[in-house]
Amino acid sequence: MPLLPDARAVETSTPVADEVKTTTCYMCACRCGIKVHLRDGKIRYIQGNRDHPVNKGVLCAKGSAGIMQHYSPARLTKPLKRVGERGSGEFEEIEWDEALDLATTWLREIRDSDPARLAFFTGRDQSQSLTGWWGQQFGTPNYAAHGGFCSVNMAAAGIYTMGGAFWEFGETDWDRTEYFMMFGVAEDHDSNPIKIGLGKLKARGAKFVSVNPVRTGYSAIADEWVGLRPGTDGLFVMGLIHELLKAGRVDAGYLSRYTNAGWLVIRNPGGADDGLFLRDADGAPMAWDRARQLAAPALDPQTRPALKGQYDIGDRTAVPVFQLLAERYLDDRYAPEAVAAETGIEAATVRRIAAELAEAAFEREVVIEQPWTDAFGRRHERMVGRPVSMHAMRGISAHSNGFHTCRAIHLLQLLLGSVDCPGGFRYKPPYPKSIEALPRPTGRARDVHPKMPLPGPHLGFPRGPEDLLVGEDGAPRRIDKAFSWDAPLAVHGMMHAVITNAWKGDPYPIDTLFMYMANMAWNSAMNTAETARMLTDKDPETGEYRIPRILYSDAYYSEMVAYADLVLPDTTYLERWDCMSLLDRPISHADGPADSIRQPVVAPDRDVRPFQDVLIELGARLGLPGLTKEDGSPKYPGGYPDYLVNHERKPGMGPLAGWRGADGSQSGKGVPNPDQLGAYVDNGCYWHGSIPAEARYFKHVNRAYLHYAVGMGFLDEPAPVIAQLYCEPLQRFRLAARGHGAVQPPDRHRDRIDAHFDPLPIWYRPFEEDVEGVDGYPLHAVTQRPMAMYHSWGSQNAWLRQLHSRNVLFVPRAWAAENGIEDGDWVWVSSRNGRIRVEARPSDGVNGNTVWTWNAMGKRAGAWNLSPDAPEAHRAFLLNNLIDDLLPEREGGYRYSNSDPVTGQAAWYDLRVKIEKASVKEAGEIAPLAPAVGRPKGLPEAPDELRFGEGFRPRSRA
Amino acid sequence: MTSLPKRPSAKKLGLVIDLDTCVGCHACVVNCKEWNTGGYPAPLTDQNPYGKDVSGAWLNRVHTFEAGEGAEGRTIHFPKSCLHCEEPLCVTVCPTGASYKRDEDGIVLVDEDRCMGCGLCAWACPYGAREMDMGVGVMKKCTLCIDRIYNENLEEVDRVPACVSTCPASARHFGDLGDPNSAVSRLVAERGGYDLMPEQGYKPTNKYLPPRPRRDASTAGAKPEALDEASPEGGFLGWVDRLLSAV
Repeated sequence: MPLLPDARAVETSTPVADEVKTTTCYMCACRCGIKVHLRDGKIRYIQGNRDHPVNKGVLCAKGSAGIMQHYSPARLTKPLKRVGERGSGEFEEIEWDEALDLATTWLREIRDSDPARLAFFTGRDQSQSLTGWWGQQFGTPNYAAHGGFCSVNMAAAGIYTMGGAFWEFGETDWDRTEYFMMFGVAEDHDSNPIKIGLGKLKARGAKFVSVNPVRTGYSAIADEWVGLRPGTDGLFVMGLIHELLKAGRVDAGYLSRYTNAGWLVIRNPGGADDGLFLRDADGAPMAWDRARQLAAPALDPQTRPALKGQYDIGDRTAVPVFQLLAERYLDDRYAPEAVAAETGIEAATVRRIAAELAEAAFEREVVIEQPWTDAFGRRHERMVGRPVSMHAMRGISAHSNGFHTCRAIHLLQLLLGSVDCPGGFRYKPPYPKSIEALPRPTGRARDVHPKMPLPGPHLGFPRGPEDLLVGEDGAPRRIDKAFSWDAPLAVHGMMHAVITNAWKGDPYPIDTLFMYMANMAWNSAMNTAETARMLTDKDPETGEYRIPRILYSDAYYSEMVAYADLVLPDTTYLERWDCMSLLDRPISHADGPADSIRQPVVAPDRDVRPFQDVLIELGARLGLPGLTKEDGSPKYPGGYPDYLVNHERKPGMGPLAGWRGADGSQSGKGVPNPDQLGAYVDNGCYWHGSIPAEARYFKHVNRAYLHYAVGMGFLDEPAPVIAQLYCEPLQRFRLAARGHGAVQPPDRHRDRIDAHFDPLPIWYRPFEEDVEGVDGYPLHAVTQRPMAMYHSWGSQNAWLRQLHSRNVLFVPRAWAAENGIEDGDWVWVSSRNGRIRVEARPSDGVNGNTVWTWNAMGKRAGAWNLSPDAPEAHRAFLLNNLIDDLLPEREGGYRYSNSDPVTGQAAWYDLRVKIEKASVKEAGEIAPLAPAVGRPKGLPEAPDELRFGEGFRPRSRA
Repeated sequence: MTSLPKRPSAKKLGLVIDLDTCVGCHACVVNCKEWNTGGYPAPLTDQNPYGKDVSGAWLNRVHTFEAGEGAEGRTIHFPKSCLHCEEPLCVTVCPTGASYKRDEDGIVLVDEDRCMGCGLCAWACPYGAREMDMGVGVMKKCTLCIDRIYNENLEEVDRVPACVSTCPASARHFGDLGDPNSAVSRLVAERGGYDLMPEQGYKPTNKYLPPRPRRDASTAGAKPEALDEASPEGGFLGWVDRLLSAV
């Protein structure tokens, strides 16, 4: 007999919410649409928005943990002014008026004397089109966001090669691809879209190959895991290219029509034009016409470009790009056997994957019955695709050879004809954009004057040495040395170099370091302990800090806060207006452009203000042009939402593309619409345009798309974006290094520029491998961010920290056995830069020469309002302490940044280490321990129990 | 002791979890926590949420482990929650009738008003799928989101468990495993879905889909595929002109 009836009544239709508000997630960089369910003004539940173009209803662990982020006890509560020593966390609370007065005083003094003495750098900032523009109005050349230590190699390589890039500028055609290769991606940018896409591949049975030294997350479900040695991806890809060329398995038609494969390159060793394109009197590139046997404009549709051979053109000789490319990669040093030793991947595997790529691309064409016309007026009856696609990110990006490696991947895609075709990689509008359509960097001496705005944007795309931001003597003009001979194509700036350079006064000292959402005192810094020392170091003569003032805005008590002199507390992402703009980092989809907003879902219960409002107010107080009216009054008295609606970057173009025009009927361009934000809110806080069917593929060379892009304001001209297999701007730098042209590098840079500015992709060992004495550090060490925390400020989150609150060092099982390391042993890990003590765990899922760990797990004791004995402080560690931010001295004593020599991308993953077992007595706690930091005034004591949701309980307890 | 329904229900609601597709992202884990901490079993409390020994009640967890060695080696992400067994020992051991299996759909629930927190059910469950809520002193477990799947305040499309609706990779499926024609039953049949630890005899309703075979060197055969060299006709890159003339 049942003790109780087995059909008890359960209330199954409990009310969920009395209000649902849409907005945009900010738990990482993915920017998914969310629906926030509210009950009695409290957040009951956050759900993915099914209609949203980014996440289509799904939501990741971070997004679902947004409730805990919002109600975190680590939230700052009021402006703070430092009263103790830097780093101590001793502050007094001040009123906003005082805080803004103080900041204005500091900033005005700088602007009135030398705007370059302000270094304004933002971290996980999603308002870069505002912050960059503000920096421009201020007049400092020293602005950038965090791309320099994140993914600039991908962005720069992509834009210079094909006018687009992975992630924000492109995506895989998940519904049609047959063969997908992923390079260096653990959890990464485009988090939910990649997972949605992989789910589709799995359901369709398309093959998924993951190239990654570590077998976590995505690699774990790959049909094939290629666990190569870190930093050798480029060589692996060149091995694939070698095989394809040897077999003649490339898309010659695509190459001749839509890439510069047929453009003629001048062969004139020692000459000033060596390696440049042969151009006609109008500067148009030339090709050798196979039919007429003469040099003709390459972009003339009548021209039938030769892809091979060598041609005499008057007194010179010229060779098609494809000939040069084939000569390079058919060389035996790229044969599968030759690359096997460096990559650790067997020759047979390289051969097989090359064959699989060719089979998928050429035997399994995907056809969409949709006529289209290319930019040259040729009509195509159908869209024929090569269903091979690729995606790459951090594991490629974070090496000192990452730019060329990423270019090599794009070359592979282009050789297969799989860029923006059905089943391939697809551009997301407003991309593609060729270099010619993008700005040049601004910030030379002639551009920087007291009380004057910078005449152009900070970040741009140099075409050659004449676009560098250097002085007559070749010295850098930016504090981070971006766009100098140290890193000519540093198109995202070099945030990771700012603190070291400012501390050294190299190239010059600064007055104020102003940062937003950038944990540069901790996990975002290379060489963390040394960075903290530089932030607190004083000039013994004056007793003043070497970096005199630090102004910082953050919503949480991150490690960086303790180093600030003045803290401007930001709101959480659910308490403010925001904008994910096409002017900035688009959230578009390959079938249409998209942008979105955040709206305040709940009101702040603390004395905090949205950083963007604060920035606009500071701009008005400083009287910055663009932020004040002619009468000196604030131009955007309504703060950020006012700016979002009314700011125009160009006539008719503002931060938001949807519902423009007085009546809200226009997209892309149109006069400001006072009801624009309301229209966004009514539509779920996003706008999504739709590209006409005939314009959805081959966008780079599709006449209908190019005209659509002009109509939307994405492009000024409907010019095709011809993929640059051979990158002429690189050759211009190389020629300068070889003594040609008006702007040449100082002698100490010449060899480095000459070696690394090859116009065709090259592979070289990551710099750290060539450092003297590196033999003593036999293992590679890399990090990954766990999926539940990627790109999120996660560790104070009560739910996420139950998933990860400590990390171990995963070591190859065979290596561990040889060296007597067992699960749970504590080991000393050292590099040429430092030594840390950590717990080890043998693993099969890692390359045999590599150790790895989860990144950013370690926290400084007391930061984030965690209790000082939290495992994040005692059992979790950062590899950052082992990574030098500078390379060793070279002849003359100069130390380059530990970065890619082309783009300045931080080379996090070049790290080499050795490992020794720690003694039994040393086990149980990491070393070194950073000293604990105190809890600033205003932060509540963290609770010892959470009963979140109790108030929503549908029925009382008996 | 608590009895089971006299006859097994015709309707057997449950989950099908695809181990070939799960990337271990924990989306399901946290969305489950988020829904349920304010739902039927509210709250799911957390102890020392910002302290040294943080812990809390969760109804769904993902375990990650390595299995096999060398070419056979895999990293497995294994999501685990209550499997809503047909003959659950956790129910029959319950001394108060708090733990029960529903007649109409087979869902195993805890009636918290009758739970005295003795923990017998957790000991009985071979899957470790029940969690004692230390802040409330009662047992918590997966309800298959009973306050979502029948909730008339939600849009029909949202009437699925939170873990299923949020899974980015579509590795989780919900439906009636008692109906051989349901989408989930067909998926189980197609993919060789299996019971977890069938030897225990509790007849779990939830099914797991195994990882598909690899397509790599281990399955490539003795003479793996490779491209043939292009014909040397026409000299260096002679094949390019042939390709171009065919364009």
